[in-house]
Amino acid sequence: MSDKLRSALDAMTRVRGVRGAMVVAREDGLVVAESLMEGIRGNAVAALAANLAQRFRRASETAACGLPQFIHLQASEGSLLAAPAPSGMLLVIVADADINVGLARLEMLKAAEVLA
Amino acid sequence: MPDDVRALSDELARDPASLGFVPLGEALRLRGQLDAAARVVLAGLEHHPNLADGHDLYARILADTGEVERAADEWSIALAVEPRHAGAHKGMGFVAYQQGDLDGALEHLELALAADPTDPSTVRAWKMVRQAVDQAASAPAGAPPRPAVFAGLEGADDGLLLVDPQGRVLAGGLRTGDRRDVAEEVAAYLAGVSQEAERTARLLDLGEWRWIMAEGEQGHLHISAPTAGSLLLMVRDRSVPSGRLAILAARVAEVARRWLESQVL
Repeated sequence: MSDKLRSALDAMTRVRGVRGAMVVAREDGLVVAESLMEGIRGNAVAALAANLAQRFRRASETAACGLPQFIHLQASEGSLLAAPAPSGMLLVIVADADINVGLARLEMLKAAEVLA
Repeated sequence: MPDDVRALSDELARDPASLGFVPLGEALRLRGQLDAAARVVLAGLEHHPNLADGHDLYARILADTGEVERAADEWSIALAVEPRHAGAHKGMGFVAYQQGDLDGALEHLELALAADPTDPSTVRAWKMVRQAVDQAASAPAGAPPRPAVFAGLEGADDGLLLVDPQGRVLAGGLRTGDRRDVAEEVAAYLAGVSQEAERTARLLDLGEWRWIMAEGEQGHLHISAPTAGSLLLMVRDRSVPSGRLAILAARVAEVARRWLESQVL
C-alpha cells in the first residue's frame, strides 16, 4: 500500500465511531486499500458503496444538482459515508450511528486531496 | 466522373440556359455531391427563376444538408409558381412533420398524392402521418395534475417529490433551474437508489436505512422513506446547509406520511 493511501486511511479511521475505511475504484467497485474492523466484508462494502454512488450520481445529475461530492446513508445502527476522490477513486467509511459526521466528512475531503 | 454526370454536364455546357441543370443537379445530389449540386441548380435557376422543379430540387438539397427552414422557403416558392407541384407538397409535408404539425403534414401529403398518386415514398409518408394523427386523436388528455400534498411548503412544486418504490410519481414536483420537469426521470432513478440503500444497510449490518443525503456541486438531495411504500426526495440549492436540509426533510416526511395514511380506505 502506498504512503498516500495509508495516510488517507489513517486519517479517516482516526475519527471516533469509524468501523472501517476504504479506498474503492469508483467504476468497478473493487477494493484499492482498506482498513476495516474484523467482521466487515471489504469486498461487499466496496461494491455496494460504488453501486450506490453510481445510482445517486444519475439522480443528482438529472435533478441538476451536479456530481455528488459527499454521500451519507443513515441507517438505524450505523452509517455509510462516501466521497468521490480524483483519479476515479471513492473514499468510503462504515461507521456507528452516532459518528460525528461533520468531522468524518472533513477528514474524507482532506484525504481526497491527499490522493489527488 | 461517372458517365451520366459527364453526359449531363456536357449537355449543359453546350447550352447553359437549358433545363439540363435539373437532371444534372439531381444526379449530383444522389451521389452526395451536395455543394456541386447546389452550384448547378442555383446557376440554372438564374436562367429559369420560375421553374418549380428547380426550386423543389434546391429545397431537397438544402434539406439534405439540414437547412430545413431554407428548404421550406424554396418549396413555398415552388408552390407559388405551381400550386399542384407534388414534390413541393411532399417537402412541405416533411417540414410540417418535423415541426410537429401533424395536421399540416397530412394536408400537404394528401395534396402531393392528389398530384401524383403513384409515388411510393409519398404513400409511405402519408400512411405514417395518418397513423400518428389517429394516435394523437385517441390519446387521453394530459396527465392529471399531481395532488397538492406539499401546498404551502417551500419547493412544493419544484423541489419535493413523493414516489412509490417502483419509481412512479405520487405527488409533488421537480424542476431544474430552467424549469424543465424532471420528476418522472428522477423518480425512476430513485427506485434504484432506495433498493441499493436497503441492500447496503442489510448486508453491512447497519440496520434499517433511514435516509440518504448527497451534497452535489450545485445542490443537495435528501431521500427518505416516509412509509414502507414511499420515497420522499427533497432538493435544495447549496445555500441550504445539509443539517438544515435534514430537519426540513423530517418535517416534510411527516406531511407526506399523514397524506399517505389518509389515502388508505
